Amino acid sequence: MVQFVMPKLGADMTQGKLVEWCKKPGQLIKRGEIIAVIETDKANVDTESFVDGVFEQALVEPQDEWLPVGTPLAVIHVEGEAPSKAAAAPPSVALAPAALAPAPPAPKAAPAKPAAVTEEAMARLRISPAARKRVLDLGIDPARLVGTGPGGRITLEDVERVAAAPAAPVAAAGADKAQRMRDAIAATMALSKREIPHYYLSATISLAKALAWLEIRNAGRAVTERLLPGVLLLKASALALRNVPELNGFWRNGRAEQSRAIHIGVAISLRGGGLVAPAVHDADQCDLDELMRRLQDLTKRARAGSLKSSEMTDPTITVTSLGERGVDAAFGIIYPPQLALVGFGKIVERPWVVDGRVVAQPLVSATLSGDHRATDGHRGALLLDAIDRLLQEPEKL
Amino acid sequence: MTAETMTAVDLRAAVLDVLSEVAPELERDKIDPRVDLRNQLDLDSMDFLNFVLGLHKAFGVDIPETDYRKIGTLDGCTAYLAAKAKPG
Repeated sequence: MVQFVMPKLGADMTQGKLVEWCKKPGQLIKRGEIIAVIETDKANVDTESFVDGVFEQALVEPQDEWLPVGTPLAVIHVEGEAPSKAAAAPPSVALAPAALAPAPPAPKAAPAKPAAVTEEAMARLRISPAARKRVLDLGIDPARLVGTGPGGRITLEDVERVAAAPAAPVAAAGADKAQRMRDAIAATMALSKREIPHYYLSATISLAKALAWLEIRNAGRAVTERLLPGVLLLKASALALRNVPELNGFWRNGRAEQSRAIHIGVAISLRGGGLVAPAVHDADQCDLDELMRRLQDLTKRARAGSLKSSEMTDPTITVTSLGERGVDAAFGIIYPPQLALVGFGKIVERPWVVDGRVVAQPLVSATLSGDHRATDGHRGALLLDAIDRLLQEPEKL
Repeated sequence: MTAETMTAVDLRAAVLDVLSEVAPELERDKIDPRVDLRNQLDLDSMDFLNFVLGLHKAFGVDIPETDYRKIGTLDGCTAYLAAKAKPG
């Protein structure tokens, strides 16, 4: 038996609204299936289940009210457990930290009230000793904590994040959507700049070969099958990360955790303000056509405000392309807990020296913002160098 | 209806329909027909591609990349479509 709690769909989320249940009591649910639609400050998110089981009971009905992250929403009976002993047994499956938490003995749907912080209350939590001490020192309401460590364990960083967040996450009624988006971005970016010692690198890359190749490729194709230059930049970034995996992953529990999968968060600006950076999963394994399709789909859904929970929580790095709006270079702020961010500026024709002669070539500035706790500038430089080399052989992308 | 049988007014309205799919907040009477749409409506390359895709769907014309500069403004776009629709 596990509880489905208000998930934390990205570092900037403190609260969400239950818009709709996609399962009814008694229905089977598979890992990856949509269990509910959750509204965040940024989108209506199709939230996926991280376990196989039976949707047993909704603890909360869809309502026009903001619920803090961690609020129990439903009970899921996990396969393999007899219903009679389910309540007593702690879950043995590795639970996804974002969406599910171990069911405490007495499921009650009202954790928003600050509870007295006691050793007994803490004893029920899966929490590291350092984090436990910090919670007691700070007097934080344990209901506000959401574990992001292995198996949903609460880490010291989870505690610090709550300590740093505004104490009253429940938005004032009528707070307008644009303002909430702004607030969410403000909180995440402030957290990033407060905790992550950024280093910044920049390299100028010639796109003469890549764009010439692309022009020929697109000329023979209908508009429905054309690629944008941004797709080449995205693919080159994904492949380069295979060579420099130290930049791909998360900063957790005081150390860098590399991710084998390369899920690139693509910064998409929303019409009317704000942005989201949902994941293109396994971007290194997609061919260019597939990557283009996914990018189109993601952009469309991001702007319509309809994304999946895995897209919100999975990015292992972010790529931003502000070049579209004419800037030469973008030095981004890392989206925590990621380790790095790659930025591309505008593609412009400029003088460039090839074989001792000055020629006009399309150039792009590629930048890297890296977390200096995890890597040094040397590593970062290797990534930009790898992106450059890959873009000189576009036919291999 | 194809571009061939449309009046200039219809054509312009149809282009604006396509455009408002890409930029839902646009106000039709505030568009300056001679100013680049990308700047005017803050379209990025994905938006512009979707605009071209929309024109393809609405009018059945395939616009090669090399012609993108001709359809950058509302006036340019309607003129381009009208010319494409002319038989011969």
